Amino acid sequence: MSKAELLEKLLASIGGHPTDDDVARIEVHHNQVLGSHLVPGLEVEVEEQAEGIRAQITFREGAKIAKPVHVCFGMLPETGVQNIVLDIRAQAGSQASVIAHCSFPNAVDVIHRMDAEITVGAGATYSYFERHMHGPHGGVLVLPKAKVRVEEEGRFRTEFELIKGRVGRIDIDYETTCLAHGVVEMVARISGSKNDVIKIHETALLEGEYARAVLKSYIALRDDARAEVFNTLRASAAYARGHVDCKEIVQGRAVAKAVPIVEVNHPLAHVTHEAAIGSVDSKQLQTLQSRGLTEDEAVDIIIQGLLS
Amino acid sequence: MSILELRNLSLELGGRRILNGITLDIWPNRIHALIGPNGAGKSTLASTIIGLAGFRRIEGDILFEGASITGLSVDERARLGITMAWQEPARFEGLTVRQFIRAGAKDKSNARLDAALDQVGLDPAKYLARALDKTLSGGERKRIELASILAMEPKLVLMDEPDSGIDVEALEKIFEANRTLKANGATVIQITHSLAVLRQSEHAFLMCCGKVIDKGEVGKIAGYFENKCLPCDHMNVPVAEELM
Repeated sequence: MSKAELLEKLLASIGGHPTDDDVARIEVHHNQVLGSHLVPGLEVEVEEQAEGIRAQITFREGAKIAKPVHVCFGMLPETGVQNIVLDIRAQAGSQASVIAHCSFPNAVDVIHRMDAEITVGAGATYSYFERHMHGPHGGVLVLPKAKVRVEEEGRFRTEFELIKGRVGRIDIDYETTCLAHGVVEMVARISGSKNDVIKIHETALLEGEYARAVLKSYIALRDDARAEVFNTLRASAAYARGHVDCKEIVQGRAVAKAVPIVEVNHPLAHVTHEAAIGSVDSKQLQTLQSRGLTEDEAVDIIIQGLLS
Repeated sequence: MSILELRNLSLELGGRRILNGITLDIWPNRIHALIGPNGAGKSTLASTIIGLAGFRRIEGDILFEGASITGLSVDERARLGITMAWQEPARFEGLTVRQFIRAGAKDKSNARLDAALDQVGLDPAKYLARALDKTLSGGERKRIELASILAMEPKLVLMDEPDSGIDVEALEKIFEANRTLKANGATVIQITHSLAVLRQSEHAFLMCCGKVIDKGEVGKIAGYFENKCLPCDHMNVPVAEELM
């Protein structure tokens, strides 16, 4: 298949990318860069490797990238390995957001690894939204790993969404270190079914004064799916503030586990956590059923709300 | 013909008889009140009519438009046109007002959703995109629930304590919505212990101790409730026979 055909099929699997001149985009299939378009202030160096790519992405100091950068990683074949190694640098004072689509529509035995080092410079703002789109077979092993450093007054937000298609197996491992006046928000929304297995390890280390972090995990499980969520928040500086929030809805024989770990090493720091695991709220269910929705339809809407 | 008929309806919960041989006929296209003191069994009766889980093992029969619905689930009854507005509406974290109203709407067009919110006095431009969560007041959530019922276009609506937890302005909007439901052909049963709500009805039933002990013109029932029930200290004591 030619690069152009691959690109067409890959983009079709995610519903397309904007093609405006002022929107940066990068499309990668397996280990091939199929297309890219950059805008001023954004620099990308890519090295194709045997089973993936290694890329350095830099948002130049002070650059304000007005529109989100669109990235697509994916594999169309049923089997294979894709390793994505990223070095992302949002330099001081820059502002940028990335919308990444990861598409594995036909996967039967696919491994997708992402290993990222992310630096959010002083006063920079960087957000990364990652939406996974999987097929119906559950044959994907997703291993996203990131080490993030948020420097003074930097802001970092990451959101991981996997609510279309089967999860397969996923093991998220993100660790963020946040310096003075930095802000971190990490959100995961995942819907598992059949024998999907979900593991989330998210850690925020608040090492500077007034550093703030919120870790949120929203998980819906059906059938025999299993989930384990380990959220760790450690506050080691004065006026550091953090909150961990984990909500999981469990249906059928699914099993959910949440382990919030909060640690405070400074008398002026403050962190909180809440975790709620249970079946669908009966009052919500009754209300929707009293409008004529079947139980399954009502549960779908309630889960849609949880994961929205 | 009655739209709803209860035939010798009884229900036990936790070994206690909560509804005790109720027989009544609800005439169609009217605003009825079911009034009684706290603990009389009004909300239990509403939950039984709508068919909530836990309220289905009844003695007797419930007929809707002439056919028994006793064996039907809550959603099956709703698809026949029976619904309920709760005393304390549910919150739906993450859902917008638009998603909630649309979920049960017969006509799911934006124009219909707008009209339903208009009919309860809420501006669609301000409310449709809002989350149906704790940022809304109790009165706003009651009106949004009623908007979802208007959009559903039901035949029979049970309104459990419509005046609970809301201000006078919101209550008037709820009464207006009830009149709109009636104008659209629906029948409304207001479950209440409030004389103000009773007086916004066209016909009333009086409940005590799991029984319907009187029925008829609103003024008559209001007088009886005010003079006999409000001062009564026999609440939850089976003295219904004495009252009759």
